[in-house]
Amino acid sequence: MDFPKDLKFTKDHEWVRISGNSAVVGITEFAQGELGELVFVDLPAKGKALKAHDTACVVESTKAASDVYSPIGGTVAEVNSELSNTPNLVNSDPYGKGWLMKLSPFNAADAEGLMSPEDYNKLLSK
Amino acid sequence: MDFIRRHIGPTEGQVREMCKVVGVTGLSDLISKTIPNNIRCSEKLSLAEGISEEAALRELKEKMSQNEVRRSYIGMGYYGTNVPPVIQRNILENPGWYTQYTPYQAEISQGRLEALLNFQTMVCDLSGMDIANASLLDEGTAAAEAMTLAYRARGNDQKNVFLVSSACFPQTIDVVVTRAEPLGIKVKVTSPDAQSINDSVFGVLFQYPNIYGEIRNYEDVSKVAHEKSALMIVAADPLALTLLKPPGEWGADIVCGSTQRFGVPMGFGGPHAAYLAVKDEFKRSMPGRLIGMSKDPMGRPGLRLALQTREQHIRREKATSNICTAQVLLSIMASMYAVYHGPKGLRQIAQRVNGYTTCLANSIKEAGLQLKNSNWFDTLFIECDGKVREEILKRAEAGKINLNTLIPNGLAVSIDETVTERDLEMLAAVITGKKASKMRDSMLPTDLVRTSSYLTHPSFNSYHSETEFLRYVTKLQSKDLSLCQSMIPLGSCTMKLNATAEMVPVTWNEVGNVHPFAPASQTKGYQSLIKDLEDMLCKVTGFDACSLQPNAGSQGEYAGLLAIRGYHMSRGEGHRNICLIPMSAHGTNPASAAMVGMDVVAVKCDESGNVDLADLKAKAGEYGKNLAALMVTYPSTHGVFEEAITEICEVIHSHGGQVYMDGANMNAQVGLTQPLKIGADVCHLNLHKTFCIPHGGGGPGVGPIVGRAHLADFMPGHRFGIQDKKAGPVSSAPWGSASILPIPWMYIKMMGAHGLKEATEVAILNANYIAKRLDPHYPVLYKGKHGMVAHECILDLREIKKSSGIEVEDVAKRLMDYGFHAPTVSFPVAGTLMIEPTESEAQAELDRFCDAMIAIREEIREVENGKADRSNNILKNAPHTAEALLSDKWDRPYSRERAAYPVPGLRQYKFWPSVGRVDGVYGDKNLVCTCGSVSDYASN
Repeated sequence: MDFPKDLKFTKDHEWVRISGNSAVVGITEFAQGELGELVFVDLPAKGKALKAHDTACVVESTKAASDVYSPIGGTVAEVNSELSNTPNLVNSDPYGKGWLMKLSPFNAADAEGLMSPEDYNKLLSK
Repeated sequence: MDFIRRHIGPTEGQVREMCKVVGVTGLSDLISKTIPNNIRCSEKLSLAEGISEEAALRELKEKMSQNEVRRSYIGMGYYGTNVPPVIQRNILENPGWYTQYTPYQAEISQGRLEALLNFQTMVCDLSGMDIANASLLDEGTAAAEAMTLAYRARGNDQKNVFLVSSACFPQTIDVVVTRAEPLGIKVKVTSPDAQSINDSVFGVLFQYPNIYGEIRNYEDVSKVAHEKSALMIVAADPLALTLLKPPGEWGADIVCGSTQRFGVPMGFGGPHAAYLAVKDEFKRSMPGRLIGMSKDPMGRPGLRLALQTREQHIRREKATSNICTAQVLLSIMASMYAVYHGPKGLRQIAQRVNGYTTCLANSIKEAGLQLKNSNWFDTLFIECDGKVREEILKRAEAGKINLNTLIPNGLAVSIDETVTERDLEMLAAVITGKKASKMRDSMLPTDLVRTSSYLTHPSFNSYHSETEFLRYVTKLQSKDLSLCQSMIPLGSCTMKLNATAEMVPVTWNEVGNVHPFAPASQTKGYQSLIKDLEDMLCKVTGFDACSLQPNAGSQGEYAGLLAIRGYHMSRGEGHRNICLIPMSAHGTNPASAAMVGMDVVAVKCDESGNVDLADLKAKAGEYGKNLAALMVTYPSTHGVFEEAITEICEVIHSHGGQVYMDGANMNAQVGLTQPLKIGADVCHLNLHKTFCIPHGGGGPGVGPIVGRAHLADFMPGHRFGIQDKKAGPVSSAPWGSASILPIPWMYIKMMGAHGLKEATEVAILNANYIAKRLDPHYPVLYKGKHGMVAHECILDLREIKKSSGIEVEDVAKRLMDYGFHAPTVSFPVAGTLMIEPTESEAQAELDRFCDAMIAIREEIREVENGKADRSNNILKNAPHTAEALLSDKWDRPYSRERAAYPVPGLRQYKFWPSVGRVDGVYGDKNLVCTCGSVSDYASN
């Protein structure tokens, strides 16, 4: 399983990539595997303000529905509109084309408190 | 031979043999090793001993003959209807249609899925909406579900007012009000117009035609509603919609109603199928079951349950509704009524009803009486009081007919398809004292006359001769696996025998043709049946009070929690709003708790599957003063009689909470222990599980609640019959699905105290026998203190997945090739199968099932040891259809013969799945929920 070095992880299996004043959010390879092939992603409205741990969106397969929590606080700047037609991009490329949303973080440094790729790997192997 | 031996599968000899296999000396030894001693009943049930089928039928016939079946013109949601005899005999009275389970296993359920797709198509066409479900419990709950859908869909959290037209049926208004209150929704019953819709309103409910029979144009109101971001909800009569402009064409967002008058008897209130249809944009927020089209690996169309992530078994307290059992059998009957009559036939029925109503209206007006409504479909409201009213009622009494006296300031009369010209003449004479006028012009408002076509699909235009129709019904039936072919070992579902003698009374005239709001003096038979049954259920549970109103198990949960809430509020403890629910609970539990505004707090389970007592104590303590209830299933959903149950209940009581027991597993308790004994305050029973009402392929069900005396006042009331309660109704009719109550009555009468106890013992024996036989092949996940399971057992397949890549779903689908319906898949633990054989299955059938499971284990072993491919193998490709096996192209790495006949018994008789594995992902991504051109769809 892949754990890209430039990401931070949560125990609820979200990832966030900080670049400058933007934070890209998605779910991990492990999470997509547990859910199975996604058939629907309910994305938040642009401009919505989210606190850390707020429910940001819902991802659905045929047998499971799971809330995705915002890893850090921020305003939704952009959502991945590709997912409305091809939600399974999340399955095929969870860290790339399968991203969910971009946040304008209230404080990008909040991401420092999240898990490193090594720690997340350890969590999974427990 | 007595009925007990007909109901219980294993013979006495087989029982002895099976006890040996299980390792006990007999049934009493088995029970003492299974049920904790401190909750065992020391005395036998205080019920009479069982009587024969003939004697029970005689006694019930005598009882129900006390009902006086008068011609009913009461209407108000319940109408006389001619059940086409071909439907009565071949669907309603046919175990091939009424003994299946909910169609989760799509490949062996294509027949009823097609009938349900017809239902959805019929509803969409008649209502003018995009997408419809199949189905809801009754019109009142459908309107309540529509309200909560609109509430979820509101963009603005400040909106909390729901406007209800005072011209809606009163029982509908009452159910809506009951549902709204715990959620903080303010219901205003008024005459909604453009002015009354302000920014706080999120939805408006109208009846079309309304209670006075009037057909109003609400187009302007709906425009204003949309400007204010409120949704327009319409409760509509489907027969009227064959002539009237459908609500979807004048601005409705949600349309709901009852399909009772499409060939389903009134039955003193139910069961009937309600419908709910929405605009496409709301499909993901719909409650209830939705059938969708998909395809199998050969590209053949295959139907399945779609968008299940909306539902309680997946989304729990965040589900769109707690609906589980719906009204499948009744929606199939209604859809078949439309197939049988076709669009032209339905239109003619509606035109005749409307013409007769006009005729009657003319007579009434000629006689100088005043009508409130200026137009009508089938209902007239005569404004009258005092002496005039009295005289009409006197004549009605003499003519033994029922008019609607339930609406203030007049009398209403509703015409239905059973009314003949002679009836009409008599009715006119009763109302006016004169002969009926002969005029028969339609009286529909010109702006609301329907111009759009409906039911154009071939399903509704091909089977009008009885021969063609019978073959269509039989073709669909033959695609579905029911109890007629094999056991259906679904855990927590209790698919036991639905004996014919129990079913016979359902279609008696004095059971079927009674209006739920008929005067009590005419329903003495029903009153006596209800009293008997309430008394029986109190004795079985040990409790003091019973309500038969909830018309599904999920409704029972909701009613039980409402009773708990009402009790807390009556003591000034309305702040108690925390509901503790073990992780292993049925999804309906948290979904029901959410409906009464409680916050769900999950309680952990320990390694042996029991409620984690330490966690329970901690959470009960933490929430202390706010603790409202614990919902607990007993024996647990893990199939074990937990030793600590009495302690668990004591902990809750010590913090002022109430204990709600989910009665899904009552089949393991009857006669041996009781909800009262374990310490519960209230429970629901699933009469469609424990007490023999058939599952009907996904309904009907009855979910009465039974509880201790302190909760009696807070059980459901009803303005037409149950006025002594402090709570409102949860169902449209006072006694819910009354016409199927004879089934549990017959069962209890015929089994008696001794038979009921023996049934429980054998149910537990059968489960332990299966557990013992299969444990070496698939480990049994949870067992009690002495190594026994209750009435069901869970097989753990998680290690198999690791070693072979074979998943529980593959085993479930492969079982179809062996002629079986799968056990419950991945509940309550993912990656497991839960098996409940019930007492009705004989040893031979249990062995046939175990042999199939063992043979499948060998097939898995071939994958494990590399003999078979991990992805292209006999399990992953299951089920195998005849078409796939007989194709000239066969490129699978195993023989056709092995795929079709893995065990010799199948050569004698084999049930063939009609489609290959249905692609769930494709179906949910490309949602199609109405009949379309199948060829178009398959080529996409």
